[in-house]
Amino acid sequence: MLDKSKYPEVDGILAGYAYNRSALIAMLQEIQSAYNYLPEEVLEHISTEIDIPLSKIFSVATFYENFSLEPKGKYIIKICDGTACHVKKSIPILDTIKKELGLNSSKHTTDDFLFTLETVSCLGACGLAPVILVNGKVYAKMTPESALAVIKEIKENESK
Amino acid sequence: MKVNNIEQFEKVAVAARKALENQEKRVFVCCGTGCVAAGSFGIYEELKRLVAEKGLLVDVVLEAEEKGIGIKKSGCQGLCQLGPLVRVEPFDYQYFRVDKQDCVEIIEKTLLQNQPVERLMYQSGSRVCHTPVEIPFYSEQTRLVLGQCGQIDCENIMEYIAKGGYTAAGKALLQMTPEQICDEISKSNLRGRGGGGYPAGRKWSQVLAQNSEVKYVVCNGDEGDPGAFMDGSVMDGNPHSVLEGMIIAGYACKASEGYIYVRAEYPLSVARLQLAVEQAREIGLLGENILGSGFSFDIKINKGAGAFVCGESSALTQSIEGERGMPRVKPPRTVEQGLWGKPTMLNNVETFANVPHIILKGAQWYRSIGPENSPGTKAFAITGNVNNTGLIEVPMGTLLKEVIFDIGGGINDGKKFKAVQIGGPSGGCLTETHMELPLDFDSLKKVGAMIGSGGLVVMDEDTCMVEVARFFMNFTQKESCGKCVPCREGTKRMLEILEGIVAGKGSLEDLDMLEELADTISSTALCGLGKTAPSPVISTLKYFRDEYLAHVVQKKCPTRNCKSLSSFVINEALCKGCSKCAKACPATAITGKVKEAFVINNRKCIKCGACVEACPFSAVEEV
Ligand SMILES: Cc1cc2nc3c(=O)[nH]c(=O)nc-3n(C[C@H](O)[C@H](O)[C@H](O)COP(=O)(O)O)c2cc1C
Ligand code: FES
Repeated sequence: MLDKSKYPEVDGILAGYAYNRSALIAMLQEIQSAYNYLPEEVLEHISTEIDIPLSKIFSVATFYENFSLEPKGKYIIKICDGTACHVKKSIPILDTIKKELGLNSSKHTTDDFLFTLETVSCLGACGLAPVILVNGKVYAKMTPESALAVIKEIKENESK
Repeated sequence: MKVNNIEQFEKVAVAARKALENQEKRVFVCCGTGCVAAGSFGIYEELKRLVAEKGLLVDVVLEAEEKGIGIKKSGCQGLCQLGPLVRVEPFDYQYFRVDKQDCVEIIEKTLLQNQPVERLMYQSGSRVCHTPVEIPFYSEQTRLVLGQCGQIDCENIMEYIAKGGYTAAGKALLQMTPEQICDEISKSNLRGRGGGGYPAGRKWSQVLAQNSEVKYVVCNGDEGDPGAFMDGSVMDGNPHSVLEGMIIAGYACKASEGYIYVRAEYPLSVARLQLAVEQAREIGLLGENILGSGFSFDIKINKGAGAFVCGESSALTQSIEGERGMPRVKPPRTVEQGLWGKPTMLNNVETFANVPHIILKGAQWYRSIGPENSPGTKAFAITGNVNNTGLIEVPMGTLLKEVIFDIGGGINDGKKFKAVQIGGPSGGCLTETHMELPLDFDSLKKVGAMIGSGGLVVMDEDTCMVEVARFFMNFTQKESCGKCVPCREGTKRMLEILEGIVAGKGSLEDLDMLEELADTISSTALCGLGKTAPSPVISTLKYFRDEYLAHVVQKKCPTRNCKSLSSFVINEALCKGCSKCAKACPATAITGKVKEAFVINNRKCIKCGACVEACPFSAVEEV
């Protein structure tokens, strides 16, 4: 069959791991960084390609905190609420950003898919607590005000 | 270029040392997570560019002949809080809070004229400290595992070799038998640094004794304790020391494959380990027939996906296999049936990083550091409300007060010390009364705490210990894998009770219930996560019972952290009736007539504190 695959990019990732089932977590990680979440139809595709039941893939994808089955925003803001950051008052920062973006404990992504807000436990930068991470970039020694400034800057750059 | 035997390796080592000497001056830009966040990559690039412009830049490569200046990325140099840090050898000048703009001055003054840039140096009173040894934060430490972290280029294997790296592996593979190595490690009494303190030598001998063709070595770099970053710093500051420890371990238990499981939140560690593995393969220190010893070994790196429980050994091996990381009932233990059901030697990052030192300098020497029953050093991450936050390493048995006051520099903002959490969500808190306590496995166990991974989070007098207990319970409850009932249900109930208490809905019976649940969970849970989950509650209940009582009996939070337990009132004597508070109130809870005292309706008040900020006369008081 000369059927062209619907997901050449995914196939590339799977091939990179030689379709080895034990690399499932690593595959999902790469797929998530390509799509910024794990689309259901892609999981179905993996299931047939590497011959693992879809239920098994779901069980793994839902077990680990880092995987998301829902699309995320363009900017993923992670607020560290590890012990060091918590003691240095990370919660007021979280509350401020939630309020600013109109998010709450069940809604993590803004309607325009610009921002997703998450908490993480420790980024290893505790010496600079409290810290936040925006798309992988660490911002140190934050306050609610400086966190708002970061968001404002992103919004301004986006509307240009 | 590949080395096939020890003679070739020694030649490379000589050439590497010479290349390093050719760098008459060496600049180390700290590229640990903290300093990277503070912008150290930019400084590294800038210094490199400026030095290259002057035609002075040389790298540590074997063929290089000309002399010059080396600019390197190093691992964590310790005082993260004052980052970005830069150190210049051979003077050992230590610079803090370096900015891109400072690069020109560093080059002109230090690199060209050998002069210090004093304004970038640490001030201790009126004294300017030129080198780390003059700074109390460093001088009180004993850096063994972290010794080279911050002093070598963390992305160049040649530099590790130039400083004596991989000679321990050479000695082990060519001059020792696996039995001798296990024996030496046993004699050194090295105890696992991942929390449990299990004797490494005993574990190694057990794996060696297993009759199996296939065995594995696994390095636990999950470092799940939030507020700890020692393992991460070793992995990204001196990755080869971990690889070398694992190679020796592999030979000692006759395994041919190793895995390093790194938590996903440490992208730097993953990248530097990956690079280190590639470099080690290239030169033949990983792969077939290492140094002609007949022993073959390779290492793979696995990235975690955000589950604390995966730090537990059986969950970790499940996760490497691509499964949900859920602990299983033991026995069989990991040494018998670990990764893919095969005998597995699983140790912590810091444990492995100690191994090359022990092999080179001997068990006797190792035992001369620290107390009899917990020899060696321990790395700690000291964070929270303390003046010097960062990465430290001290001999085991160092007193708590030395760590917090001499090295940590005491509590910041002139506040009073209240407690320090050790061992993260599985550990307990230590208080003023524990200042003379030596930090080692057994002493801590006696007071209901544990060294854990080595996270020390210092808390000042403004911290509510009930809230801290709730915070940790919230963490473990979320991280419970759900497999066993005591942990899944028990942590949830405990969390509910704690949430009730901080919300002002607690009662005296709740405290008894917490203790009862804690007792049941710790004696019946399947794995260490559940067994230790109640520890923060138990220890805060023990040392700060009056704070719990204040919450449940008087319905007051002594530190005013628990907003539900405080209320705001306007002091009539101070209120001028300006109405600013009423305008600031998002809940329209404040009413009154202009120029008369306003009042807060506590039923409507959401306790946001906006009125406190708004009042120009400090008339709003929190009671
Ligand atoms: C819930 C849980 C989390 C753990 N997390 C870690 C961890 O992050 N790093 C670690 O080295 N050990 C961790 N451990 C301990 C490991 O199970 C294991 O004892 C240790 O890695 C063995 O190495 P060691 O003997 O060198 O300490 C954890 C244990 C439990 C129960
Ligand atoms: S607790 Fe936030 S970086 Fe460690």
